[in-house]
Amino acid sequence: MSAVIVENIIKTYGAKKNVVTALNDISFEVKKGELFGIIGPDGAGKTSLFRILTTLLIADKGKAAVDGFDVVKDYKEIRKRVGYMPGKFSLYQDLSVEENLEFFATIFNTSIEQNYDLIKDIYRQIEPFKKRKAGKLSGGMKQKLALSCALIHRPSVLFLDEPTTGVDAVSRKEFWEMLKKLKEQGITILVSTPYMDEAGLCDEVALIQTGKILSINTPQGIIKDFKKPLWAVKSSDMLRLLNEMQALDDVEDIYPFGEYHHVLLKKEYGREQLVQWIRNYSHEDAVVQKVEPDIEDCFISLMKN
Amino acid sequence: MFILLGMPIVQIIIFGFALTNEVKNAKIAVLDNSKDEASLSLISQIDASRYFELEKNLHSYTEIETEFRRGKIKLALVIPQHFAEDIQHLHKTQVQLIADASDPNVANTLTNYAASVIMDYQKRITNDKKLPYTIDTELRMLYNPQLKGAYNFVPGVMAMVLLLVCTMMTAITIVKEKEMGTMEVMLVSPMKPQMIVLAKAVPYLVLSAVNIASILLLSVFVLEVPINGSLVLLVFESILFTLVSLSLGLLISSGAESQQTAMFISLIALFLPTIMLSGFMFPIENMPLPLRVISNIVPAKWYYSIVKSVMIKGTGLYVIWKETLILFGMMIFFLTLAIKKFKIRLA
Amino acid sequence: MANDKVITADKLTKRFGDFVAVDRISFEVNKGEIFGFLGANGAGKTTAMRMLCGLSMPTSGEASVAGFDVYKENEKIKKNIGYMSQKFSLYDDLTVKENMRFYGGIYGMSNKFIKEKTAFILEYLHLQSEADKLVKSLPLGWKQKLAFSVAIFHEPGIVFLDEPTGGVDPVTRREFWNMIYNASDTGITIFVTTHYMDEAEYCNRVSIMVDGRIDALDTPAALKKTYEAASMDEVFLKLARKAKRSAD
Repeated sequence: MSAVIVENIIKTYGAKKNVVTALNDISFEVKKGELFGIIGPDGAGKTSLFRILTTLLIADKGKAAVDGFDVVKDYKEIRKRVGYMPGKFSLYQDLSVEENLEFFATIFNTSIEQNYDLIKDIYRQIEPFKKRKAGKLSGGMKQKLALSCALIHRPSVLFLDEPTTGVDAVSRKEFWEMLKKLKEQGITILVSTPYMDEAGLCDEVALIQTGKILSINTPQGIIKDFKKPLWAVKSSDMLRLLNEMQALDDVEDIYPFGEYHHVLLKKEYGREQLVQWIRNYSHEDAVVQKVEPDIEDCFISLMKN
Repeated sequence: MFILLGMPIVQIIIFGFALTNEVKNAKIAVLDNSKDEASLSLISQIDASRYFELEKNLHSYTEIETEFRRGKIKLALVIPQHFAEDIQHLHKTQVQLIADASDPNVANTLTNYAASVIMDYQKRITNDKKLPYTIDTELRMLYNPQLKGAYNFVPGVMAMVLLLVCTMMTAITIVKEKEMGTMEVMLVSPMKPQMIVLAKAVPYLVLSAVNIASILLLSVFVLEVPINGSLVLLVFESILFTLVSLSLGLLISSGAESQQTAMFISLIALFLPTIMLSGFMFPIENMPLPLRVISNIVPAKWYYSIVKSVMIKGTGLYVIWKETLILFGMMIFFLTLAIKKFKIRLA
Repeated sequence: MANDKVITADKLTKRFGDFVAVDRISFEVNKGEIFGFLGANGAGKTTAMRMLCGLSMPTSGEASVAGFDVYKENEKIKKNIGYMSQKFSLYDDLTVKENMRFYGGIYGMSNKFIKEKTAFILEYLHLQSEADKLVKSLPLGWKQKLAFSVAIFHEPGIVFLDEPTGGVDPVTRREFWNMIYNASDTGITIFVTTHYMDEAEYCNRVSIMVDGRIDALDTPAALKKTYEAASMDEVFLKLARKAKRSAD
């Protein structure tokens, strides 16, 4: 059985004049025990989707079920079973770490002891500060506490809405390691993120943009679908290189990608042709190589089509 | 924007025209023990004055007390027996003015007005006589013989404090949860939404109880304002008013999305009307009809009059049952509305 | 050569009580350079940036921005820099045009200048048809691009960008960087913070702050060589993992 089923969900906001479509006919399924990533920029509809699945919003059209329960009809059942960490979630600032955790345990009719084994890996890292007020914690520690609170009732499905936004690369890495461990405990996790590089850490991802799903697949599958050859070029004058190659008729797309520019060509040219072009523009230290696309390449290509 | 620009205009109009300390058409009762030509003439002159309106002719002294307790009249005039005779033969007589001094300002104003009307009458009848007639007025300030201001403001402050603590604070704390995002997590928990709201309201109910107690203690022992009526009744009515305020706070919180909005609504929609239209600062009787009508939906107006009746005049439930019922109705109304409007979801 | 250094910092320090938020940082930024200013949450980036923008007084050390001293001439600094952050940029309830008019007015630009520049920016961003729409109705990516245009509206010598591309889609992110490149081409110095490590590669030079100090400062290529890393991401992780103090 699937942990989450979404069928043709449509959600719009605003009155007649100014209708914004947040989710436009979205469907997908998440298998039990999977780490499922919903990846897209701000305004793609990630938060609306999470709020519908956590029974906080009602979709205009379409059906959705979490853990076998309908999100509208059986919202009470779902509220007992899911853990949710909203994007702007902040804990009770003036309660201590320990008090926050106790509070959430009480709300969910459980106790810290009962499910300590589930959160102990995460909670242990902040336990030395358990008397400290939540408002005084650092970003990374707050995140860990919030995750502990969302887990305290041993939810079957965990919804994390942009847990890593605004968090530095180190804390992001740590956070994903925690998620991996949770997955081993059999919890289904849905996580949304604007960072494309986090896609590779999920079992399956949905790329989402302006309320539409661009693609759903395993990260490897999404990359496999990117069938065109992709080239990486660089020289000592990257801006000139970008502008010059953009002007070429045979170049379908070129965009900066880390230290390289990624180039998509309209026809199957060999490496020699690219080298030739760049040489014509008299670039020094030019490098041309074929590269494997990553999720970001796929997202760009899907967005542009 | 509209509110910011419109507020001063509305306030100037209300303060300038509607809210005056001047008392017009005050209800007055007369106990005419004489019923002769002279007394009738005096009564009609008083009735003709724009300050007074004859509410009732009384027949016995005890009736005066009852009328005051019911809050029907502000002033009573007692004309002694043989009024005309005394004037004719003794050139001298005495009338008694009894005022409801639970609002000392109004009582003062009214007795002054009445005294001057009587003076006028005295002049008129003296006009062609050589020997002047003298009508002495004897004043009696009921409930508050020393004309202490505290008699007036203690009930007003009680209404205001309860409103402030309950309405504004409940509204703000609930809206704060929305702002912080904790409300979202609360909703996605097995807790019943009503429980969340109740849990928010209870501390303020307790806090209000403490406030009521401290205000009452202070007023009795420091300001020497007595509690003439039943303490139990007073506490009961205060709790009722607290519940009305709490329900209002909950209602505001279900509509407001930010703490500022909650604060703003509480101030504009509740605090100002409470100050202006509860009868605490300005007597309601003198307001133009529209404001008098509006004042009826201000919960503090009813509470204020209840506290005055119970505390100062020492009346019982038999007089204030109507006000109590209205407050009760308001509580039920606001509470149902608040619970109905409280969303189990975000939108 | 001294003229080419638009930002210089020498042992710049900021203390909050016992806490040393920024610890004797020294660096120079050249004219027209794209300078990446990286660091983990709480490493002291924001504090350092505030001092350079003239918003916060340093505890000790020297710094000058656009030739003005951060202690004495912070008003002049504010006039000569542009600033844009992810959180505060434009007024949501003003239209696109009104926002530009407003910022132009703040910096004392003439009406003629504002008019011409507004027309230029609208065309550059292909926003002509949205000129009279409220900013809040624009998609995030457009807002960010518009905010950048507004930040350099008064043609400052330096522009400070605080996480300008957070949450923006990858295509718009690149368009945004294209604007940065073009601005740097016209001689505007760019001082930028970001959490996207691929964006670090787009900078001419990158500094990485750890625990209030600048631990590394060089071109991306040189940094990768020094730290034997394949990408800036790795360089960053290697440095930031050494951090002792916790964030924020």
